[in-house]
Amino acid sequence: MRRFLRKFFSFTIMAVLLVPSLALAAGPKAAPLVVVADTRKFTGWEAWWTNLYNESHFWFTVVTVITIPIVGLIFGLITDFIMGHIGIDLSSRELAEH
Amino acid sequence: MEFFYVLMPIAGVKIFWPGLIILGVGVGIIGGFFGMGGAWMVTPGLNILGFPMAFAIGTDIAHMAGKSLISTMRHGKFGNVDYKLGIIMLVGTIVGFEVGAQMVMWLERLGSVEKVVRYLYLVLLALIAWMVFADVAKKKRKEREALAKGGEVDKLATGLEWHKTFHAIKIPPMMHFKTAQIYCSAWLPITVSFLTGWLAGILGIGGGLIRMPALIYFIGCPTHVAVGTDLFEVMISGLYGTATYTYKGRTELVAAIIMLIGASVGAQIGTVATKYIKGYGIRIVFGLAVIGCAISIVLKLMAKSMPTYAAYLDGGATVLILGLVAGMSLYIFLRMVAGARREVAMKKARQ
Repeated sequence: MRRFLRKFFSFTIMAVLLVPSLALAAGPKAAPLVVVADTRKFTGWEAWWTNLYNESHFWFTVVTVITIPIVGLIFGLITDFIMGHIGIDLSSRELAEH
Repeated sequence: MEFFYVLMPIAGVKIFWPGLIILGVGVGIIGGFFGMGGAWMVTPGLNILGFPMAFAIGTDIAHMAGKSLISTMRHGKFGNVDYKLGIIMLVGTIVGFEVGAQMVMWLERLGSVEKVVRYLYLVLLALIAWMVFADVAKKKRKEREALAKGGEVDKLATGLEWHKTFHAIKIPPMMHFKTAQIYCSAWLPITVSFLTGWLAGILGIGGGLIRMPALIYFIGCPTHVAVGTDLFEVMISGLYGTATYTYKGRTELVAAIIMLIGASVGAQIGTVATKYIKGYGIRIVFGLAVIGCAISIVLKLMAKSMPTYAAYLDGGATVLILGLVAGMSLYIFLRMVAGARREVAMKKARQ
């Protein structure tokens, strides 16, 4: 049974990951409108970023999806470090109740 | 004053960046404390700051994924995340979400569903609020009765105990969720997550607002574990949402990162506050948040049926939501500061 369960969950997760329409159908639908970023206003990384948006939504998505957790992790570690200096125990919670 | 404005590269609008940070702090605190993404709070806030609606949802989801990661990290250290339960529920949630979203499209082909969806949302919120306060009242009654008998209720006792009935249904395979301290059929979390995902798909919301109470009342998670496990789910589904909205070109990463600066601080405050507030304290504040959310939807529905007062009613709904965010964040922050002071003072006294 355990083997069956493992196979079942692996298959379901794989199906969810490999069939993009499952994820794409989630959430409210955005109206089919094409937005073009104005690259003339920017230089440096901002120009690169807007160009990437205009040229390929796919790569723009890849960079965004990678950036968000990395930035979250960095900010999380920074605030963790700061909170650690307050002097409270940040690794356990004594309250064991509902 | 120009310093306080930043030009968004994709949306092409100038945004007051301190406003983004403040909004991030507020929803970070509430999200970390209740275990939800909080899209219903952020989207009107972003809109007020001048964000085009087309970018508000995508940007909100992107920041939500990062913020939930920070909260999950902290809740994980507190032992509040049941990863096994979270992964199983994630499968049910995604499949349910898909079914719900497809159902809305099918209903749309039959006619306008917007009003029906809003009413359904309202009924659901009323049900959640009733569940929370009925639970609190029942727990208090149990405490009074035990006190009258000269005893004390068990520390782990709850008011509503529906989960016990569900746990008694022993359809194989049975599973043990160590962190949540639950032994039940695997089909229970799968069914509950499928249903909450389905409802979220129909309503077009993230689902944290429904999943958190479902984890408590149907699956039987302790409040803190429900918060942490839900955030773990929000983190993963948030990344999915980020991918879909960004692919449609509707995410402003710069704004999401600015919001994350505030949200990272807020998420830590909200999560640490759960250390000092009892499970039932969290449930009561959550119930109040649900009532606030329901009132804002009533105002929005009234705005649609009374076009003359639409501007006032819509404005009222936004003010109510932002007021709720500010009030609740302040309350949670003050409780966290008071708890931290107490802990530090106790530590010093022991030395």
